[in-house]
Parts: sequence; structure tokens; C-alpha cells
Amino acid sequence: MKKVFSRPKSLKDVPFHYCPGCGHSVIHRLVCEVIDELGIQDKTIGVPPAGCAVLAYNYFDVDMCEAPHGRAAAVATGIKRMLPDRVVFTYQGDGDIAAIGTAETIHAANRGERVTCIFVNNAVYGMTGGQMAPTTIPGQVTTTSPGGRIPLRDGNPLDLSAMLALAAGSVFIERTTVINPKGVNRTKKAIKKAFQTQIEDKGFSLVEVLSPCPTNWKMSPAESVNWVEETMSKIFPIQVIKDVA
Amino acid sequence: MRGRIEIDRERCKGCGLCMTVCPKKRIGISAKLNTKGYYPADFSEDNSSDSEKTACTGCCLCALVCPDVAIEVYREEKE
Ligand SMILES: Cc1ncc(C[n+]2csc(CCOP(=O)(O)OP(=O)(O)O)c2C)c(N)n1
Ligand code: SF4
Ligand code: SF4
Ligand code: SF4
Ligand SMILES: [Mg+2]
Repeated sequence: MKKVFSRPKSLKDVPFHYCPGCGHSVIHRLVCEVIDELGIQDKTIGVPPAGCAVLAYNYFDVDMCEAPHGRAAAVATGIKRMLPDRVVFTYQGDGDIAAIGTAETIHAANRGERVTCIFVNNAVYGMTGGQMAPTTIPGQVTTTSPGGRIPLRDGNPLDLSAMLALAAGSVFIERTTVINPKGVNRTKKAIKKAFQTQIEDKGFSLVEVLSPCPTNWKMSPAESVNWVEETMSKIFPIQVIKDVA
Repeated sequence: MRGRIEIDRERCKGCGLCMTVCPKKRIGISAKLNTKGYYPADFSEDNSSDSEKTACTGCCLCALVCPDVAIEVYREEKE
């Protein structure tokens, strides 16, 4: 029999530190599959965040340059402007990109920086213990909203991807999930298109992935998948948000 | 089209997501812990000795959702 599925070449052969059922692991693999398919391993530079993916450089077999919390879009801008022939991506959680990093992300999109952001939305600050994030949905219980998020008190969830779509410099923004095989395939396609958009020098691109965090959601991996499907994706609909590429 | 998967017991964290997507229900959870302390997923085939009769089709759905890239999939090539 022929081997038809195995680890992508640009994903190092080491175990992930992520929790069982964590979406980060799947998204790492998909980015690596795209890097392999586009044949860009030797010219890709990744920018990992502060967050559960802070150690992403241990997994991606490409050049990586760690950014301080939220600053990935600014770091990526600097790298891309000095090395315009490289493919530069950021890899950021929702707390990283949509809270502390809102300003640099919006301005990078508005300037049309030729970079790609992989935005992993798990609706909490995962690494620090599951606190409420701007993306936490109404009613969601977190360690800092023990009775559930109350919009009147805590605000409504921030749709950063929709905000970035308003910026003239953004050309491709899609929201996907990795909760089932269809979602996984769609996410990979979106990441590939985002990278191609950058390679074709068209402007800023971003893929937001709704990503299970079973540990902080206090759910089993299977329950987490259902929660994304039935609850989270009602607030953050799975769709192409902008495509003028 | 027939297939088979190999699960890396030590990489598997027992999340069970592969089990929920397998259309042929070929994946269960092992009764034996791995060295990390997880009960890993276990592939079983009723007719493993006869490749014509195996249930697994090598569809890759399990591998697509496996967070830990613990699954490799093999498929018989079309004649
Ligand atoms: C300047 C600064 N402020 C705060 C922190 C603490 N901190 C580390 S990760 C994190 C948030 C992580 O949440 P998210 O970006 O959603 O990533 P996740 O872990 O959920 O993938 C925070 C607040 C920090 N490292 N640096
Ligand atoms: S805390 Fe959540 S996001 Fe972080 S590794 Fe665990 S499951 Fe993944
Ligand atoms: S390849 Fe398909 S049929 Fe075979 S175990 Fe995986 S999901 Fe089941
Ligand atoms: S999806 Fe992967 S990690 Fe989860 S139980 Fe199956 S083989 Fe193990
Ligand atoms: Mg998060």
C-alpha cells in the first residue's frame, strides 16, 4: 500500500506541547502543508506570538523571529520591508492580535503590508489561564467572567477580521474552523490563497481560524468541536470576509 | 480502494477526534496507557489478513483532524 498521508516536511518531527484536542496543532500542520506545496520553505519567515503558540519556532522548520505580545504585525512589517522576496507570516492568538496588538494589526492592514496573519481565535487568553478576551462571546464563562460575559458590563465580542476588511490595504480575509475534515480542508485552502496573495504582491492577507481550547473551555475535545459549531460560529460566522485579490 | 492507518501510540494524546470522524468506525481507545499517561487511539481491522475485505478505505479523514499528526494513512493504489 502507498503512504497517502504523513507529516509535512516543514513541520519538525517533534511532539507538540499543546493540550489534547487543541486547534493550534492542526493549524501548525496546515501552514506547513501549504509551505511544502508552494515550495517556499527556504524563503518563509514566521513570527510567533506570546500565547500558547509562543514556542511555535520549535515546530516550524523555517526561519522564525519571536515578537513581543501583540507586536507580530510590526515585526513582520520590518522583516518584509527589508527582505521583500521572503514570504512572511505572523501566527497569533486572539488575545495577541485583537487586544494588545489591535493597533499594529490595523495599521499593517491599512498600509497594505505584504504579510499574512494566521489569527487563531479560541475566544480566551489560553496560555495565561483562560481569562476573558475581546473575542469571548456573550454568556461565555471564563476565569475573569465566572458568571458569563455580560455585554452591558464587558462589551460585545470584537470582530477584528471585519474591522480589518474596512482597511483599504487588506485584500484577502477569510474565517474558517478546524473542527472537522471539511473545515480543515477549507482552512488549508484559505491559508494557501493568503500566501499566494502575498507572493503576488497584492496586499495584506489574514486567515482567522476558530480553534478549540478544550482545557480553558473546560470541555472534552468532542464537546469543544460542538461548541465551535453550535455556538461560537454563530457569533463569528464562517465566511470569506473580504476578497479583492 | 482499501486502506490502513498507523497510529503513533507515543505521539497520540487520546483526544478521540479521529474516532468521531471515521466513517468505518475502525478506531477505538486503547486500554493501555502510553508513557505520557494518555490512553491512545487504537486502529482495528476485522479482516486485516485479507486486504480485499478491510473496512478502512484510506480516506484520511482521521488524519486530517488529528491534532498531533499521530496518524499515517496507507491506501491501495488503483489498478
Ligand atoms: C506585554 C505582555 N503583556 C501580557 C503578557 C501575558 N500574556 C501572555 S500570553 C497572553 C494572552 C494569550 O492569549 P491569546 O493571544 O489569545 O493566545 P492563546 O494562548 O489563547 O493561543 C498574555 C496576556 C505578556 N506576555 N506580555
Ligand atoms: S490551553 Fe488551550 S490553546 Fe493552549 S494549548 Fe491548551 S488547549 Fe491549546
Ligand atoms: S483512513 Fe478513513 S476509514 Fe481508515 S481509519 Fe481513517 S477515517 Fe477510518
Ligand atoms: S486524533 Fe490523533 S491524538 Fe487524537 S486520539 Fe486520534 S490519533 Fe490520538
Ligand atoms: Mg486565545
